[in-house]
Amino acid sequence: MESLYLLIPLSAVLVLIIIAVFGWAVHRGQFEELDYEAERILTDETPPVDQRQSRISAGAEES
Amino acid sequence: MASTAVTGTQGAGPLGTGAQSADAQSTAVYTDATVRLFTLAAVVWGVVGMLVGVIIAAQLTWPELNFGISWLSYGRLRPLHTNAVIFAFGGCTLFACSYHVVQRTCQTRLFAPKLALFTFWGWQLVILAAAISLPLGYTQGKEYAELEWPIDLLIAVVWVSYAVVFFGTIGIRKVRHIYVANWFFGAFILAVALLHIVNSAAIPAGPFKSYSAYAGVQDAMIQWWYGHNAVGFFLTAGFLGMMYYFIPKQAERPIYSYRLSIVHFWALIFTYMWAGPHHLHYTALPDWVQSVGMVFSLVLLAPSWGGMINGIMTLSGAWHKLRDDPILKFLIVSLSFYGMSTFEGPMMSIKTVNALSHYTDWTVGHVHSGALGWVGLISMGSLYYLIPRLFGQKQMYSVKAIEVHFWVATVGIVLYIAAMWIAGVMQGLMWRAVNPDGTLVYSFVESVKATFPYYVVRLVGGLLYLSGMLIMAWNTVMTVRNGSPTEVRIPVPGATPAHA
Repeated sequence: MESLYLLIPLSAVLVLIIIAVFGWAVHRGQFEELDYEAERILTDETPPVDQRQSRISAGAEES
Repeated sequence: MASTAVTGTQGAGPLGTGAQSADAQSTAVYTDATVRLFTLAAVVWGVVGMLVGVIIAAQLTWPELNFGISWLSYGRLRPLHTNAVIFAFGGCTLFACSYHVVQRTCQTRLFAPKLALFTFWGWQLVILAAAISLPLGYTQGKEYAELEWPIDLLIAVVWVSYAVVFFGTIGIRKVRHIYVANWFFGAFILAVALLHIVNSAAIPAGPFKSYSAYAGVQDAMIQWWYGHNAVGFFLTAGFLGMMYYFIPKQAERPIYSYRLSIVHFWALIFTYMWAGPHHLHYTALPDWVQSVGMVFSLVLLAPSWGGMINGIMTLSGAWHKLRDDPILKFLIVSLSFYGMSTFEGPMMSIKTVNALSHYTDWTVGHVHSGALGWVGLISMGSLYYLIPRLFGQKQMYSVKAIEVHFWVATVGIVLYIAAMWIAGVMQGLMWRAVNPDGTLVYSFVESVKATFPYYVVRLVGGLLYLSGMLIMAWNTVMTVRNGSPTEVRIPVPGATPAHA
């Protein structure tokens, strides 16, 4: 099963990379204040800006 | 009125498609032009891919329907169907949603917008090349990796560009935290690059012919390492990224447990890589490798169900939204199909169950429970969220039509998978039935004949699913005609408290 000589080391390297990325994320504080981060995507929308944008577009076309 | 006057001065910047103002702080807009293109392409390829699916379902029922024309034969149209639905419909949806989500959650425009536009046209070229070369019979003969080596090279170039755009955008993010959906998209992009490069390694023998770098059972192992991880990363991780963004957005509630979503991510990517051998039970593959594949497949049930429960429970306390909002119906029901197929999959990977199910239509039913139920519905739900926003509309042209689409599609899926379950178990039992003297009770063709009514039911299910997609295409055209491409300004840093 020579293909396993490729696939198994590949998996081992991948797991090491995954552990390294996980460590990076932990040390960079990616997993702190999680409740806040879960909420944030709901508040970062910019509908007023969007509406003003369309009004500007409309205005530009009229003038 | 005051706000109009203020923005009026800022609005002097170009508002055209994809245009960027020099004054990036105040008038910078998201790079939505490429997202728009991928979104519309996804709808078009969805119709095409599902239509080819219906054609080959009809051919299996009435084989005369290939009309004796080689490029209409089942063997050539089947890879066209799988490539069109997975890589054209699913792929364009993934590009669109990942580009949209990464910009919104990082509060920045795309890194290298021109390269992003190149990924669009490059990917369309891949699809076009597939649509021509597969019916003509050019194939590497590897399931879900049929395309010949020149197309494989183009895929690699487009995919590397995709990675540059996506991770570049993460790199220039204005928000320190990387939202969980981006982790799923990132893992999907990297894993697919690795899988594609390893599995497509081949020695060219002419412009349209090549031989795999691996042979025999080695090749089979590499192929199903690729094949199952393509399911795991292309058809699962990427779409889970969509789930973790669009369900909270559409429900207007944060994900049930953000901690669980992070555990879900790391558990899933740690355990997925070795499930592939379950595709090769009872073959020349060493027995222990088969068992490893089975064990890893069983382990996968835990993170899969954790993610499914997390998504569905997001509606906890707000279940009434499911009654009124057809887009949420798409998103939540897709998760219940995800739960069903991630329970069925580990079960089918158990060797004794596999002895019955393998090579039967049960496998086809299982794949479609995941493909039509999970991937299809979550894609449609996400596209229904995106399309009106990309064209300056509050909602799709007809919300009623979304509701009709949902029910038509769901009934179609249920007919499809129920027919294939019955057909598959019946085939498995017929093939293994032996007389006391050791001879087979049924010849193969008898099992084919017995399957006929289930093939008819499957065709009806597929037709319903395609009809739903046509309703979506009509609804999309009407929404786009009533709207116009809209630029959305990036929130100015400082307006929101969290940024790097």
